[in-house]
Amino acid sequence: MAEPKRTGEWPLFEVFIRGQHGLSHRHVGSLHAPDAEMAVKNARDVYTRRNEGVSIWVVEAQAIHASAPGDKEALYDPSNDKVYRHPTFFDVPDEVGHM
Amino acid sequence: MYAQMIKSTGKGVKTLDEMDPQERAFQERIDAGGKIEPRDWMPAGYRKNLIRQIGQHAHSEIVGQLPEGNWITRAPTLERKAILLAKVQDEAGHGLYLYCAAETLGITRDEMFEALHEGRMKYSSIFNYPTLTWADMGAVGWLVDGAAIMNQVPLQRTSYGPYARAMVRICKEESFHQRQGFDIMMKMCNGTDAQKKMAQDALNRMWYPSLMMFGPSDKDSVHSEQSMAWKIKMNTNDELRQKFVDQTVPQAEYLGLTVPDDKLSWNEEKGGYDFSEPDWSEFFDVLAGNGPCNQERLQTRKDAWESGQWVRDGMLAHAAKKRAAKLAAE
Repeated sequence: MAEPKRTGEWPLFEVFIRGQHGLSHRHVGSLHAPDAEMAVKNARDVYTRRNEGVSIWVVEAQAIHASAPGDKEALYDPSNDKVYRHPTFFDVPDEVGHM
Repeated sequence: MYAQMIKSTGKGVKTLDEMDPQERAFQERIDAGGKIEPRDWMPAGYRKNLIRQIGQHAHSEIVGQLPEGNWITRAPTLERKAILLAKVQDEAGHGLYLYCAAETLGITRDEMFEALHEGRMKYSSIFNYPTLTWADMGAVGWLVDGAAIMNQVPLQRTSYGPYARAMVRICKEESFHQRQGFDIMMKMCNGTDAQKKMAQDALNRMWYPSLMMFGPSDKDSVHSEQSMAWKIKMNTNDELRQKFVDQTVPQAEYLGLTVPDDKLSWNEEKGGYDFSEPDWSEFFDVLAGNGPCNQERLQTRKDAWESGQWVRDGMLAHAAKKRAAKLAAE
């Protein structure tokens, strides 16, 4: 007898939670669910069992576009030689006080 | 541990000079404490080993629900029942975090389930022992979760990013598990003679299986070296076992229980206890599928998976129908 055919896995969702203190939603993990509505319900059970959050976002993993690991140098190295972007680059005379 | 006897695919550890530039850059990143992320290049052996290790760890969390689930309906009070239910729910969550981490390496969840059900992937030997009395719920939390914590705390620093992050979440929740177990043991040890006897009996049965959780002695653990170079194993089996014994013996003394080991004694020189090794032939026998509960555990998993198929199918069909209705309305 042939094995019954699997109808396939539920899609993968990435889960983002906003904590209590007003910070942005933060990626906490992922889960499988048949649709977005169930993904929110499951995320509530899996990722907020201990008051971790007050708001949940779920995004289907295949909808995320990411930078490529190989582009690291091209993307991030240029900022290394622009130290003047940091306020500490500039000396403020003591007489001027806090700025 | 929750991942015991992970077979390494490497043939001994290469020196940096023997590696090609890509592999060398990879190893140097790990040596410097950097993290490897899913889309980064990694040696095939690293990927394969991690899939085995994280998969086995995930399976252990899921199968690990069974010995405790056995007691949910028979917990002595409503409070204990709620606590045990919360603990078992946590284990399901831990399994999910870990399956997700393994999936980032290119294996699907269904493939992992299939491998478990067909016996190609293992779970920890500890869950093939029965939980005979309520005191076993105490001993499992205290000893089994205690041993798991020993292994999992250092794994928070493991080189693979998704695994390390899963471990951080797990460790945050694990300490509740151990404490609730110890709390059950305290209650029983302060109870009637019969209850105290039950607690001692649970310790007697769980002690050596708990020591086995760390895997065979380092001298017999041929695959450790490569895993440690890759930082997917942070301590040797013997190191962790020693740490566990040193931590647990005083707790047993506090409870007024006797660790079932005639050779147990404090060794001032090494600053730790000397203790008897578990019976390793029993360990290998349990891993080979001949423990007291192997068949029952695996059958329960298979039944749950197969009899849940119609629910998973139904929910997918419902989601498709809703999607179609929404499109039609637009």
